[in-house]
Amino acid sequence: MNATAALQLELTSDPHELPRLRQRVGRWVAAQGWTEPQVGELVLAVDEAVTNIIRHGYDNQPRQRIMVCAEPIADPRAGEGLEIRVRDFGRQVDPAQIRGRDLDDVRPGGLGVHIMRAMTNTVEYHQAEGGGMLVIMRKFKSHTAGVGARVTERR
Amino acid sequence: MSGNVGTLQVKTTTTDGAPVVNVHGEVDMQSSPRLRLLLLESAAKLGGPLLIDLSGVSYMDSSGVGTMVYVKREVERRGRRLVLIGLQPRVRGVLEITHLDKFFTIVRSISEVAAS
Repeated sequence: MNATAALQLELTSDPHELPRLRQRVGRWVAAQGWTEPQVGELVLAVDEAVTNIIRHGYDNQPRQRIMVCAEPIADPRAGEGLEIRVRDFGRQVDPAQIRGRDLDDVRPGGLGVHIMRAMTNTVEYHQAEGGGMLVIMRKFKSHTAGVGARVTERR
Repeated sequence: MSGNVGTLQVKTTTTDGAPVVNVHGEVDMQSSPRLRLLLLESAAKLGGPLLIDLSGVSYMDSSGVGTMVYVKREVERRGRRLVLIGLQPRVRGVLEITHLDKFFTIVRSISEVAAS
């Protein structure tokens, strides 16, 4: 695998695609020199983005297009990082209306946006030209969500 | 892309005389509906608190978290408890980020259930 080549994947809006997506993204991110916890965080962020698209962008309708692209980026202050773009061709929504639910309101659902934001430095939503939405996530190597590091058992 | 990389297995064992539902695999949007069904079936068949050993779960996303919230609510509606056992750090971390680590009763091993 060329460590500097961008990752470009095309999949369909079928949940059975998710395990393979995670595997492909994880292998590629690991090849870019990210730590094992950060690889897991990026995989989770992409999984959540695609899950949201299947559920909300396509209303669980199968066989619809989803594109995932990832490439290394560099910022003068933040250093080396990664930009991941997830594109669909489904329903367009006002990006300002996309927010997770109140975490104090415990119920199933509405957690994907929170998780994506926690796993990355930035998450942007755009209405894509030609229809659908474009999600752009950026994470720099100085960022870690600490998933897996904070193990404090409740006694 | 195609292929079936992820798998999910659920089986019930007895540890220290208590039935424990053991979950193995990855819990995501694909596997969550089946997990919910299997856990609710187990809850209906087994007595006492519903003890779920997640030490074999290597991955859980928001779909899996939502499933666990749903099952806990259903179990408690029937006057029972739900206890999660042996979470891997990554799964525990997802619960922490979503502020659900205090919502669930979480213990490291079956021996800690009585004190939970």
